[in-house]
Amino acid sequence: MQVRMVTNSIFKGFCFLSTFTAVAILVMLLYHLFLKGTSHLDLDFLNSFSSRRPGRAGIKAALWGTLWLIGLTSLFALPLGVATAVYLEEYAEKSRLTRLLEINIANLAGVPSIIYGLLGLAIFVRFLGFDRSLWSGSLTLSLLILPVIIVASQGAIRSVPLSIREASFALGAQKWQVVLFVVLPAALPGILTGAILSLSRAIGETAPLIIVGAVGYMRFIPQTPNDDFTALPLQIYDWASRPQSGFHDIAASGILVLLAILLLFNLNAVIIRQKLQRYPS
Amino acid sequence: MRLSYSYALEAKALSVFYGDNKAVDEVSYGFKRNKVTAIIGPSGCVKSTLMRAMNRMHDFVPEVKIEGSLWYESEDIYDQRANPVLVRKKIGMVFQKPNPFPKSIAKNIVWGPKINRMSKNYKELIESSLKRAALWDEVKHRLEESALSLSGGQQQRLCIARSIAMDPDIILMDEPCSALDPKSTASIEELILTLREKYTILIVTHNMQQARRISDEVLFMYEGRLVESGDTEQMFENPRIGQTHDYIRGKFG
Ligand SMILES: Nc1ncnc2c1ncn2[C@@H]1O[C@H](COP(=O)(O)OP(=O)(O)OP(=O)(O)O)[C@@H](O)[C@H]1O
Ligand SMILES: [Mg+2]
Repeated sequence: MQVRMVTNSIFKGFCFLSTFTAVAILVMLLYHLFLKGTSHLDLDFLNSFSSRRPGRAGIKAALWGTLWLIGLTSLFALPLGVATAVYLEEYAEKSRLTRLLEINIANLAGVPSIIYGLLGLAIFVRFLGFDRSLWSGSLTLSLLILPVIIVASQGAIRSVPLSIREASFALGAQKWQVVLFVVLPAALPGILTGAILSLSRAIGETAPLIIVGAVGYMRFIPQTPNDDFTALPLQIYDWASRPQSGFHDIAASGILVLLAILLLFNLNAVIIRQKLQRYPS
Repeated sequence: MRLSYSYALEAKALSVFYGDNKAVDEVSYGFKRNKVTAIIGPSGCVKSTLMRAMNRMHDFVPEVKIEGSLWYESEDIYDQRANPVLVRKKIGMVFQKPNPFPKSIAKNIVWGPKINRMSKNYKELIESSLKRAALWDEVKHRLEESALSLSGGQQQRLCIARSIAMDPDIILMDEPCSALDPKSTASIEELILTLREKYTILIVTHNMQQARRISDEVLFMYEGRLVESGDTEQMFENPRIGQTHDYIRGKFG
């Protein structure tokens, strides 16, 4: 009796301590960032280009580059990912080959992002001749998040109950109508949540973008996908690797902006989930 | 080809296989028009399997094989040339667990007619279908609300209304009350009796009293075979076969 209670409280204490450590580190990190970053954080910072003088440098180019990347990447990866998931779940024969394919896709989700950078360099930059443009950057990020979107969408599609599929078949629906008008709408919250979370991973990526040749210093906003680009994590990386401490401070400000965007994204995921579940179309 | 106008639906030596396992064993029966026919029998005696064969719901399960024929109007619905989509439009189905779409009440009703382009006055269709399913008065002010906000019994009546909106000839019901409380069950039973005027109804039920209350004819199934069938009163008062007698008196099942 005694021993069991002691073990119990030791385990509980251990779990508490782990949680506490994780939270404490996070709080310290944020505190540090705010201390350094907030003094530069104003509209001017958002609205000016990078500069050799930290006091006048801003993230305009990087912010717009990141917005471009988000837009283009979702344009490529979402339809492709969802369509793949629909094919695998609804149409592919449940053969060993399909199973193998699925396992491989799931594994691809865990491949280090730098590998995708190298793939993007070989395919988009060199072979297709997109050079260091937004095309290369966003297509590379699309490759990176495609497996995650596929796996998340497959899960969402699979969780649509058989009963409402049967209901639609019993009303004289054909397969494509069931998939398009019943299964996908019902799976939408799950698909969107997966898409948003994977996009927010893409936003934070640096390595693959460096490899496909995104630049760290840019004094214009990309106007078309053919243009060069930079992105928030790259800009932050660029500043943080300079010797002057002034740049380290604005790097912290950049991180705060990046965190704000990520937070916005995740918040959106939560809202979409709840909205769609409460008011099904 | 043969004409079987006397029946709404006629199974002739209909068998259903799960892989090599013969689940439904050569069932032959003519289901009469505008009657309620109850299918009874112990759990696992393939009542649901038989029911799902009636509107080709087995098409989506690759390991299921069907033999024999099933005549609807003057056509065998398992004939190569038969169109399963048309079959399902004319032979509707209500499932054991209410399964409304996660959409509004109104959208649930018009979903089938819309995808089948049965262009119509949808407002009128919603009203008439819900009225026929005895649900109109309860939901007329909340047609745009989610169907999932309804009670179980209301959801099941919505599912019946959804079938009715397709203007079917036959409605198949697989234990439509088994997930419902006594009050909802009573309202559905009442509904079925009124639906008989316009539709032919096949209903699977575990509830002997229910079968007796609402059906005109009864089929007793056991281990995949049709053991005995006949007029409800006669089946309950003096069944010809001992097994039927024992089951109806609650000796097994
Ligand atoms: N997809 C399937 N593959 C193989 N066997 C199946 C499949 N579906 C059902 N069966 C088998 O068919 C038999 C009859 O099932 P069915 O659901 O038709 O019975 P039931 O009479 O409706 O039972 P209950 O009264 O419990 O609903 C069961 O033994 C079941 O294991
Ligand atoms: Mg059953």
